[in-house]
Amino acid sequence: MKTLLDRPRRSLLYIPGNNPGMIQNCAIYGSDGVLLDLEDSISISEKDSARKLVKHALRTLDFGAVERVVRINGLDTPFFKDDLEEIVPSAPDAVRIPKIDSPGDVRAADEIIARLEHEHGMKPGSVRIHAMLETARAIVNAPSIAASSPRILGLTIGGQDLAADLGIKATREGLELLYAKSAVILAAKANGLLAFDTVYTDINNPEGLREQARMSVSLGFSGKAAIHPSQIAIIHEAFSPDEKEVRKAERIVRGARDAEERHLGVVAVDGRMVDAPVVAQAVRTLELARLAGMEVEDL
Amino acid sequence: MKPENLVKNAIGREVPTFVPELGEFAPYAGPRARLDGNHVWTPTLYPRKIAAPTTNKVARNLKEAIEKSGLRDGMTISFHHHLRNGDALVGMVLSLLDEMGIRNITLAPSSLGDSHDCVADAVRKGVVARLNTSGVRGEVGKAISNGEFELPVMIRSHGGRARAIEEGSLHIDVAFLAAPACDRLGNFTGSAGKTACGAMGYAMLDARYADHVIAVTDNLAEYPLAPRISVPQYLVDQVVVIDSIGDPSKIATGATRVTRDPVQLRIAELAFGLLKASGMLKNGCSFQTGGGGPSLAVARYVKEYMQSHAIRGSYCIGGITGYMASMLEEGLFDALFDVQSFDAAVTSSIANNPRHVEVDVSCYANPFNKGCLVNDLDVVILAALDVDVDFNVDVLTGHDGVLRGASGGHSDTAAGAKLTVITIPSMRNGVPSIRNRVQTVVTPGETVDVIVTERGMAINPLREDLRALASDAGLPVKDIRQLKAEIEKVTGIPEEVRFGDEIVGLVEYRDGTIIDTIRKVL
Repeated sequence: MKTLLDRPRRSLLYIPGNNPGMIQNCAIYGSDGVLLDLEDSISISEKDSARKLVKHALRTLDFGAVERVVRINGLDTPFFKDDLEEIVPSAPDAVRIPKIDSPGDVRAADEIIARLEHEHGMKPGSVRIHAMLETARAIVNAPSIAASSPRILGLTIGGQDLAADLGIKATREGLELLYAKSAVILAAKANGLLAFDTVYTDINNPEGLREQARMSVSLGFSGKAAIHPSQIAIIHEAFSPDEKEVRKAERIVRGARDAEERHLGVVAVDGRMVDAPVVAQAVRTLELARLAGMEVEDL
Repeated sequence: MKPENLVKNAIGREVPTFVPELGEFAPYAGPRARLDGNHVWTPTLYPRKIAAPTTNKVARNLKEAIEKSGLRDGMTISFHHHLRNGDALVGMVLSLLDEMGIRNITLAPSSLGDSHDCVADAVRKGVVARLNTSGVRGEVGKAISNGEFELPVMIRSHGGRARAIEEGSLHIDVAFLAAPACDRLGNFTGSAGKTACGAMGYAMLDARYADHVIAVTDNLAEYPLAPRISVPQYLVDQVVVIDSIGDPSKIATGATRVTRDPVQLRIAELAFGLLKASGMLKNGCSFQTGGGGPSLAVARYVKEYMQSHAIRGSYCIGGITGYMASMLEEGLFDALFDVQSFDAAVTSSIANNPRHVEVDVSCYANPFNKGCLVNDLDVVILAALDVDVDFNVDVLTGHDGVLRGASGGHSDTAAGAKLTVITIPSMRNGVPSIRNRVQTVVTPGETVDVIVTERGMAINPLREDLRALASDAGLPVKDIRQLKAEIEKVTGIPEEVRFGDEIVGLVEYRDGTIIDTIRKVL
């Protein structure tokens, strides 16, 4: 069966880059990826030490199957270049770059990363970019940002900064960011990229997170960031298909396989015609079901 | 003491066969060596003077009670540790003994906690000469490990202490029993009063076997104490009323909360995964877990699983938390056997729910009685300070070699339960928890089935059946040496603590044999 996901990215856990106790446990929290943070959770006086800590963690610690993403400081800060110079050679899976407003911002980062990859004998394009869209301008430019470089793996929005830029108050329901989220998702999907949802900040409100995570899934986000390990299971739950969906997906994939084997152009499941996109959906449903630990027929 | 008369016991630890002033000891010979049906147990009887009948047991003050008890130099006194870290009675009695010029006492509490630094002073002043306990913390542990006690401290498990008391090898002359609610004839309980602490299983045993029993209360209840009596009047010689037996804020603690620490939660998740894979979580199962670390989180998983699978267990035992009481309340178990409560959230359950049964510590864990509760246990989840590649567990000495823990019911439950799970973070403050050889063996590896860390679990080679079940369930099962090496890749290998030859503590196994010694830290 053709897989759509090269790796799971339902949840990405933010870990402060200056917290060795948390960094050493990245492999055990259960998130699909970690976001080692050098930006908002690190005070100015700790920027250098956090960068060094993350650099050495990437080089020495076993992260298991967990994807390693480093959120660096934005282009508008004096730390941007130093962050890239020290982090990229440590071969993270990706860097998350805040405050990307235009294709030019992406290209500026892309150039530096490409040079560092070349200088350190790394595979070109191996360090991917998560572009964080956090301003009104960025949202408007989302399609051109998404198309700006093949190095981009996904787009994400910075909920709090965006709300500030729009001059609105973030509510529990989060409806005020609905358009922005959809714009980012569309731009990402139109360019074959992933779309990551922003964090849910109230760590003492699992129910609120559950609602938000369900909304993320239904809008089309591929994953959601977490700021506390206790949020991971809730996010994964939102990405888990229900039993009925899984059984139906199994029938669709089985039907598609049978049709292929018998060289039939048309796939019929439960007496209905099924198109290629529906098959692709079903494949993804089964992958998510497997990730959720559900029993899935081996197709 | 100097290391004399040493022999190697069944797990290769050098232990003395004779200690001046303490007597002769047998080396540990395996967890079932004295439980094969052939061991002959010979309790010693002690003569006891019969007190004249009285309807006024209330002494004017603690000093008068001590004088009337006949306590003198060289005798043995006991206390219970139900008041947790709020206990004030031990300190009060020891300073009175000092004032009264009484010396050379054997102190034999069921355990000592954070509020008992006073014991170190009492030793330095000569009031206390010998110490028997389940555990120590703080200053007392340091004093012992630094070699300040002339005689080695005797560490016993809860079941082992009950056995020692019943057989007379630990004979208590005077028991000072703090009583959160007590009437004038000595009926008392821990399930009422401002210092209510829950079950009083240690006090129940000491009251029965001590020559002289003094109940000390700050809450003199109307006679007869109702509705619940933990220790009845016919076991109590005197009653003393004082202002306060302890700090209610450290005794009447609220319900223990489930941890939010992601490492502990991961450990709990894996431990629960193993319980599920073992097939032991089914109708009629019995279960014990503590209150600290990942224990309650495991209990939460178990609770959700039992609810969703409509499983009704038989009983829970041990240190009981409010969380377990809530499981009883919901009908997930038929009964709780409670020897000691870990939080005061259980008191109303003990007082009002007939299925919440207060049991004495012999019933709980004495291996030599005719059927202690731990021996029928299905699953126990236990914590540890260190473990080793032979699955031995240390709950007494920390990474620095200093005595700071308690034997508790660890070895009793591990020996009794069908499935013994040790939960332990792979490292603490950067020091790895799996070692080649633990400093002090409290629970022998033969009685441990699984060690669960956040980085995977190791299963005792004696339990191939369990290893297969866990692997089939997709759990991260690793060889214990492999797991150790993985952890050391992060932590490095710490330098060994340096110990002298001098023996500062003896660790008695539940059957009365010596399983290990504690050496002086250099």
